[in-house]
Order: sequence, then C-alpha cells, then structure tokens
Amino acid sequence: MPEAVEVKGLGIQLGDYRALTDVNFAAEPGDTVAILGPNGAGKTVLIKAILGILPAAAGEVRLFGRPVSEVPPEWIGYVPQQKTLDRSFPATTCDLVVSGKRRSWPGQISSSEHKMADKALAAVGAGHLCHKPLSWLSGGELERVYLARALIREPRLLLLDEPATGIDIVGEDDMYCYIEDYQKRSEAVVLMVTHDWIAAHHHASKALLLNRGVISFGAPEESLSDESMRAAFGHVGHIHGPCPEAPDA
Amino acid sequence: MLELVTLGFMQRALAAGVVTAAVAGYYGVFVVQRGMSFIGSGLAHAAFGGVALALLLGGEPLWIAVPFTVVAALLITWVRDRTELSLDAAIGILFATAMALGIIFISRIPTYTTDAFTYLFGSILSVTWTDLWAVLAVGVIAAATLPLWGRWAYATIDREAARADRLPVRLDDYLLSVLIAVTIVVAAKVVGIVLISAFLVIPAASARLLSRRFLAMTIISVILGAGTAAVGLFASYFMDAPSGATIILAQTSAFIICLAGASLAGRRAAGKCPECS
Repeated sequence: MPEAVEVKGLGIQLGDYRALTDVNFAAEPGDTVAILGPNGAGKTVLIKAILGILPAAAGEVRLFGRPVSEVPPEWIGYVPQQKTLDRSFPATTCDLVVSGKRRSWPGQISSSEHKMADKALAAVGAGHLCHKPLSWLSGGELERVYLARALIREPRLLLLDEPATGIDIVGEDDMYCYIEDYQKRSEAVVLMVTHDWIAAHHHASKALLLNRGVISFGAPEESLSDESMRAAFGHVGHIHGPCPEAPDA
Repeated sequence: MLELVTLGFMQRALAAGVVTAAVAGYYGVFVVQRGMSFIGSGLAHAAFGGVALALLLGGEPLWIAVPFTVVAALLITWVRDRTELSLDAAIGILFATAMALGIIFISRIPTYTTDAFTYLFGSILSVTWTDLWAVLAVGVIAAATLPLWGRWAYATIDREAARADRLPVRLDDYLLSVLIAVTIVVAAKVVGIVLISAFLVIPAASARLLSRRFLAMTIISVILGAGTAAVGLFASYFMDAPSGATIILAQTSAFIICLAGASLAGRRAAGKCPECS
C-alpha cells in the first residue's frame, strides 16, 4: 500500500534562492506530522509544494501513490498561514465554509449544504458563527472558520500552516483537539506547521525539523532532541536552557 | 418622453447604454472587490490611443481600438503577474504611454475632428448600428461568462485558496482584463473615455453598500448600472448635455442614496447588535 504522503529528494527554487534541498520524508494515514524550524526554514514552501502551488525543481511529491497533479483537490484540506481572504468581501461565514466544499463561490446555499456547513462549524466550536458576516469575525474566530472550511470536504490530507495563530491559549488547545477528533474519525494524515514545541510533543506522532532541508524526522522525542535543535537554530533556546550569551558589543 | 423612445438614435443609445452599463456593473463587482478600480481609467486611456490611431488612419474606430486596448490589458496583467510591480504601477505606465500615443496620432490629423470629442465625452447621437451590434456581442459574451461567476468570486475573496484548489487563477486574470477592455471600448461612444472608469466602479461600490452577500451585490450592481444609464441618457437629451456626464451624475446620485441608506441601516443594526456598534 502506498504512503499517504511521500516526499523524495524534493528541491524548491524561488528565483535565485534555493528554498529547499533534498527533502525526504513519508507519512501514513493517521499520522500527524509537526513541521518545525526557524523562520525562513522553508516550512510554508514545503506545504505549498505538497499542494502543488510551487513546482519541484528536483525530486517529487506523491500523495496516496499519485503525483500531486493527479490527486483530486477535494482530498486535500488546507489552512494557510497568512489569511489572504478579503475581509471586505460581502459574505457570511456559511458562504466561506460552503466554498470549501464546492471549490467555487456559492450564490445560493442549498439546505443540505447548510447542514454540512453547520456540522463543520460545530466541529470546531464555531456553530454560532454561520450567519455572521466575515468582516465581523475576530482573528481567532477566522482561524476556526478556516479549519471548518478545510474539514467540510472531509479531506484525506489536512495541511495546516500555523493553525493556532492569533488564538488564545485555551482556544489553541481546543483547536488541536478538533483536529485530533477529525483525524480519529477519518484516519486522515495531518501535516501541521507550528512553532509550538509543546504542541508538537503532545499532538504529533512525528516531527519534521526543517532548515532548508531536513534536520531530523521521526518521533517528536527523538526528532526534537537538543542536538537537532542546535543544528536547526544554532542554539537550543531558553525553553531548554539559559539564554545564549550576547555577542560582544 | 414616450415619443423620445421612438426616435431611432435614442433607441440605439438606450440599448447601447443600458447593455454596456449592465455588463460593466457585472464586471465591476470583481474590479471593486479586487481593488482594481484604477484599471478602468487605465484601459479607457489606452482606448483613446486606439481611437486616435483609427481616426488618423480613417478606419472604423471600434476595430482598431478593441485590439489596441486588449493588448494594453494583456500587458498590464502580464507586468503585474511576471514582475514585482504592483497593478497600479503597471496601469500607470500603460495609461500614460497610450495617452501620449493618442495625442501624437490626433496631432497628425490634418483637419479638425469632432469624433475625438465624441469619444472623450460621449454622445447619444453618435451610436451607429455597428456600435450597437458590438454592444450586443459584449452582452452575449458577458452572459456566456455567467458560469464562471463562482470561480471568479472564489479567487476574488481568496486567491491562495483558489490556487490551492487548482483553479486557473492566472488565466482568469487575463480573461477578465480582456473582457473589461472590450467593454470599455464598446461603451466609450456613450459614456466617453474620460468618465468610463466610473461605469465599472460606482454601481458596484453602491451595490456593496447595500449587500451582505456577493450574489446580491452582483445583481444590484447590474440593475443600478442599467437603471442609471437610462436615467442619464434621458437627462442628456433634455439637458442637451454630453451623455457621459449625465450618466455618471445619475450613478453618483444613486451612490449617495445607497450611502445614506446603508448608514441608516448600519445605525439601526448597531442598536440591535453589540458586536457591530
């Protein structure tokens, strides 16, 4: 049986800049892979390459045994890091969630679509937001709505680029629970970019430490060792130890 | 008033004005929501270059202005797509270049021409049967794009999501800019190049003030565009004023009414809903 996600020797070129080199990893259905690394490590680039938005300069990405271009888009749910959504667009939350199912903007919403949207919103603790105009949503509410838009299509692969950005500490924990709930029901594979090491330890089955190439990949407790973190960040940071000495002035 | 509608020139002007205004109202919702309001002005000035070239060569302006403006639209979209320049910078360059070319072409025409002023300010007397057929073709093309409304709207609200869903976002950018360019050239006879960008912006902006959903915004924009074009054309006849100016003033009046209505409705909603106060 093919891997759900198989990345082999992936290289991504952005103009003159080599964003990723020789990335290799695989994930099976039911895996949650936390993708971590410093700013500019290529985490979002990797997600976009898996989506097929960025073409591979080397290597390949295969999803469910197929090249990305042959995978039906509705198999993939995506929550982007930067919400490029136009907040002045006249729409309700329900419209946005249903657009995730249709892959097109709904003029009218059928009663069955309404029920699906209600269910998806309820699954992320946002059932009360369905008729709210998008421009009235807070940042945290918008994150939940984006997750509902990804979940309404019942994806086999969920790509989450910093899904808990702008959410309070309780809401963040809820968010990971919603993702886990969906995964338990669906056996979907989840790839999640995060800067939260604790969340990676608690909620991921595997961790991919990245810095323009793979530093380590495996179970979080092994992959996120001090040695790997030094290789990725230059030092381990004050979560694991004292602050590094300031360079001489 | 009824007698006026029986006049041939008025029938042609009404048909051309109402259809192009409805089509511009339809494309206008995408222009306004994508923050591309300046594109109407840029393409109108590009159209002026094409019209001036046609007047110099002595050909039918429509057949030269359409390809001229379409090329300008494609260039603007290409520059934005392939360089780090923003859309307004790309429009600004093409706008000025086409205008400069137009001025040179006009200056080379040996005799004084009133046609140039017709295109600049619009005239209900100038709409020919050829223009009318072109307007109807633009209307049919716009109707044929209705199945793309959902796709365009999806890419308008969230371009990244549309790309992730592998919709042809770039192709649609080019297609939309070409359709807007053709509409602008065809509407130029009625509204005039100087004011035509308002055709794309004012009805859509007015509709936005009244709408909480994009479908409603689209329908209201089309109706407002068509209605204000008819009112403006009658005003043009009775006031003996250029039709472009009277149509735009009718649209502005509608915008002010919508603004007042939206403001009133907003105050009422704020009284009911603590989240929107």
